[in-house]
Amino acid sequence: MMIKINISSNVIGEPILAESIIETRTALNISQAHFDSTYGEIIAEVETDDFKAIRQALESKGAKVTVLDHPIVRDEEDCVECGACISVCPSHVFSFDDEWGIAQDIEKCIQCGTCIKMCPHRALSLEK
Amino acid sequence: MVEKSIEEINRKINEGNVNVVTAEEMVGIVGEVGAKEAAKEVDVVTTGTFGAMCSSGVWLNFGHPEPPMKMNKVFLNGVEAYSGVAAVDAFIGAGQLSETEGFDYGGAHVIEDLIRGKSIDLHATSYGTDCYPRKTLDTTLNIYDLNQAIMINPRNGYQKYNVATNGINRTIYTYMGSLLPNYGNVTYSGAGVLSPLSNDPDYQTIGVGTPIFLGGTKGHIIGEGTQHSPETNFGTLMLRGDLKDMSADYIRAANFHEYGTSLYVGMGVPIPILNEQLAQSTAVTDKDVVTNVLDYGVPSRDRPVIRKVNYEELRSGSIEINGKDTPTSSMSSFKKSREIAEELKKWVSAGEFFVNSPSQRLPAKATCKPMRQTTRNPLVQDIMARDVVIIDENATFHEAAKMIMENTFSHLPVVSDDGKLAGIVTAWDISKAVAETGCNYVKDIMTKRVLTSNATDPIDIAARNLDMKEVSAMPVIDNDRYVIGIITSNDISKLFARRR
Repeated sequence: MMIKINISSNVIGEPILAESIIETRTALNISQAHFDSTYGEIIAEVETDDFKAIRQALESKGAKVTVLDHPIVRDEEDCVECGACISVCPSHVFSFDDEWGIAQDIEKCIQCGTCIKMCPHRALSLEK
Repeated sequence: MVEKSIEEINRKINEGNVNVVTAEEMVGIVGEVGAKEAAKEVDVVTTGTFGAMCSSGVWLNFGHPEPPMKMNKVFLNGVEAYSGVAAVDAFIGAGQLSETEGFDYGGAHVIEDLIRGKSIDLHATSYGTDCYPRKTLDTTLNIYDLNQAIMINPRNGYQKYNVATNGINRTIYTYMGSLLPNYGNVTYSGAGVLSPLSNDPDYQTIGVGTPIFLGGTKGHIIGEGTQHSPETNFGTLMLRGDLKDMSADYIRAANFHEYGTSLYVGMGVPIPILNEQLAQSTAVTDKDVVTNVLDYGVPSRDRPVIRKVNYEELRSGSIEINGKDTPTSSMSSFKKSREIAEELKKWVSAGEFFVNSPSQRLPAKATCKPMRQTTRNPLVQDIMARDVVIIDENATFHEAAKMIMENTFSHLPVVSDDGKLAGIVTAWDISKAVAETGCNYVKDIMTKRVLTSNATDPIDIAARNLDMKEVSAMPVIDNDRYVIGIITSNDISKLFARRR
């Protein structure tokens, strides 16, 4: 399952991610990570069985963990099917179909949200 | 020689026996029967394109309020419209951003909202005159309340467009979308095989007065567009159409992340097939339209050309850059372009749309010149400090502190044994080292990933880098990473202060 880990500024300097991984012996497959001096955000995949333990470890150290259970949603009204989303997606969710419309393989979505910024028509979201 | 006249084709349209095909279909026809037979068989070829055309806008006439007013400043949903003309006319440009919402809402959104019949808040101010005494005005109106809403797009329908990629090590956000680091992706725009100007590159039939499909209704070409550059195959068009008849299916507001707003405009041009040469030119394929891949990571007008590429390669999904398969993204919709060419075909076939000879041909000789700049742009080397004090990475932080005190610099570039830049140390790093025991040497406390500058970089670029990375100084280095100076945000502030 995909999870989002938010690390706020008061604990940004602490190695809470590493500590949680060592403590729970959980393999976190990190697909995106953004850090600066004020916050950190990590998108990662974790085995469903390991989720409870790693969430507890991270949250006890001050991180916030959210389950990402909604792959990218494309609003067909807003979408003009240009294909801007295709080249930035790290897991090749989008492609052109035979009619030059947008085909999507949602199974592949890692919910990183890169395509959201790219879409000129605000047609993509990770909202429910 | 096959020669047909506009009158002959219009007669056929009127009689309902005209043969219209799209530019995509024409490729197959010319391939099968040759240009001569195709010219006999086909009367009109339709083209279409749907992409970001920032150079778009709408002239609006609001009617006179009571008491009357000469509107000097006009805001529509918080977006400024240009009103430096007569009293109640204004031009809303697609790229103008909202005063309050920034990147989220712009002129393009006002235009789309007008087409959709939504209510728009108008705020206007004036200085007041004897004939126009009113000084402020606030009202809400929609497109039906306006006298005119005439779309005039100064530059649309590029014959073809540059392809964008990015060679630097961070994502950049451009009008060609997000460009991933180290040539991570490629973006392109334009309809290739369906591109109006690529189908009549000699402008035999396309010119002033040519009727076109614009935004879902009939519009006209009113001349060459700005930056029209036929000699480099970058011709452009200036367009006119009535916004009141347009549809949001073909006019869409767009946001480019960290860049601004733009308008996606759907337009298509019918090309009457008057002779074999036109039959041949309308058989242009994606493969025939060749353009350059440019490195948008270089913030200069003269971006380096990475390679040449044709639209067939671009549309295959990836192209090779430096031996690597790089995914491509189209920024314009080929599906919509097709829809437009089909729609236009339907109009002509149904006898609802006729062709025309241009009343004036588009210029075939012109290139787009760069700007004449009479004041020289200052470069980093003009204001950088050359008497830069550097420190060895093996020095202690005490030595560094002493150096800072003696020279009143707050940044010291750090060099390794070979004299090349290894890091930077600031007064803050030293304070931190004092507070935390265990770090005695400069190499332990310095920042290793240093933002640097080149002596020949324009100041604007150095200023933007300092601002974006939130640092206050950059060592200036030569090609071998030897430190030749330092530039601080203070130097830049002083430069700008002197200008005023």
